[in-house]
Amino acid sequence: MPLNIGCTARPGKARDNRTGSWRVFYPIYDKEKCTGCELCALICPEGCVQNIDEKDYRPDLDYCKGCGLCAEECPGEAINMEKEEK
Amino acid sequence: MKEILEGSHAVAEAARLCRPQVISAYPITPQTHIVEALAQMVADCKVDADYICVESEFSALSACIGASAAGSRTYSATTSQGLALMYEVCFNAAGMRLPIVMTIANRAMSAPLSIWNDQQDSISLRDSGWIQFYAEDNQEAFDLHILAYRVCEDHAILLPAFVCFDGFILSHTYEPVEIPTQEEIDAYLPAFNPYQRLDAQDPISFGMYATPDYYLEFRYETQQAMLRAKEAIMKYGALFGEHFGRDYSALIEGYHLEDAEIALVAMGSVCGTVKDAIDEMRAEGKKVGLLKIRCFRPFPGDEIAEALSHVRTVAILDKNISLGSKGAVGLEIKDVLYGSDIDVYDYIIGLGGRDIRKKDIKAVVDLAEKGSGDMFYGLREELL
Repeated sequence: MPLNIGCTARPGKARDNRTGSWRVFYPIYDKEKCTGCELCALICPEGCVQNIDEKDYRPDLDYCKGCGLCAEECPGEAINMEKEEK
Repeated sequence: MKEILEGSHAVAEAARLCRPQVISAYPITPQTHIVEALAQMVADCKVDADYICVESEFSALSACIGASAAGSRTYSATTSQGLALMYEVCFNAAGMRLPIVMTIANRAMSAPLSIWNDQQDSISLRDSGWIQFYAEDNQEAFDLHILAYRVCEDHAILLPAFVCFDGFILSHTYEPVEIPTQEEIDAYLPAFNPYQRLDAQDPISFGMYATPDYYLEFRYETQQAMLRAKEAIMKYGALFGEHFGRDYSALIEGYHLEDAEIALVAMGSVCGTVKDAIDEMRAEGKKVGLLKIRCFRPFPGDEIAEALSHVRTVAILDKNISLGSKGAVGLEIKDVLYGSDIDVYDYIIGLGGRDIRKKDIKAVVDLAEKGSGDMFYGLREELL
């Protein structure tokens, strides 16, 4: 990010701020248990859960902060938060 | 043309001649006459500006930020509690590097409620990133507005400025003021050329957030701009002299300072009284001089150290108090004279509109000569 006078930024700047570096735990999906309800994608504060295919949802780990809301809300308990070794 | 004007009306006239495109302010004593006059000028089509009526000072300066970011030359005025309500917005205006000029009709801070003059209001915002000018008389108050826009809008500076003048003492006093013509002002102050601006076709956001990886560098850049402002004030102050015959190339001014043994240091209208007191003390053979600070931010530390290098004693008149420490000007002077063998004494004086008379100035000089200082001057002991 350049030091623009007045700390100005153009639209889309938030994309440069890769919040994935904040993460301690990250979500592991169990495709067998996934019902495709899409709650994880809707609840994600970063909006970083992508629907790849039916019953195949993946977090974008560049932006996933590891908050665990998806795992907490998943009705099928298809998401587990695991500690990430960096 | 020379006119006899109330200080507030002289300031309103200065603001009008600077051709502001947006004026946003909220009336508050003793600033009211300025914005009253400007509102009338807008109503009478004497200035091509939008006057935004707001519900508070917080909104007044916030509207100025929006207008300035959109590319308008922007003006406001306030004092005391109004300025305090702008506290957060002041830091934002400076950080967004918007060249807003705002008059401060200096007034004491509550509580206790006081509508009278001291300089606590603007001094309390010394760290906000605004250039701070202090006027001695109404002519200087008029002139400093013109100079402020010229300095602030320079793309190497891009900072906002307070033009401070003492509430009531100057704002409500009639003095002769030389008013240049619009053509003369235009020849000195070109139209506002924004460095960047809000544009729906090419959108940007101002004052985005900076993570710990960036914040320190943003603050450093603003500090560098403030330091550059010193040179810019000298340059445009000299240019002001060429255009109007009144030279503001220095951030400080001396009065009988060259051969002085005792130097008084002051800001604002009290400098006039100090000069009269010095004339009388000089007649009695006392080698007293004045160092007047016209620009408090950026602080002309090197220039002050040089100007005071030959004196034996320095007595600072502080119309403010950093509670728990000393007066703000005193702290700065003690800093720049650190390591010298000059005696430096600070006097908290004239708070909340208490008059500072010639005999008070002389009494301060006597106290400094006796080595008594760093104190409140003129306390009514019977009340304590």
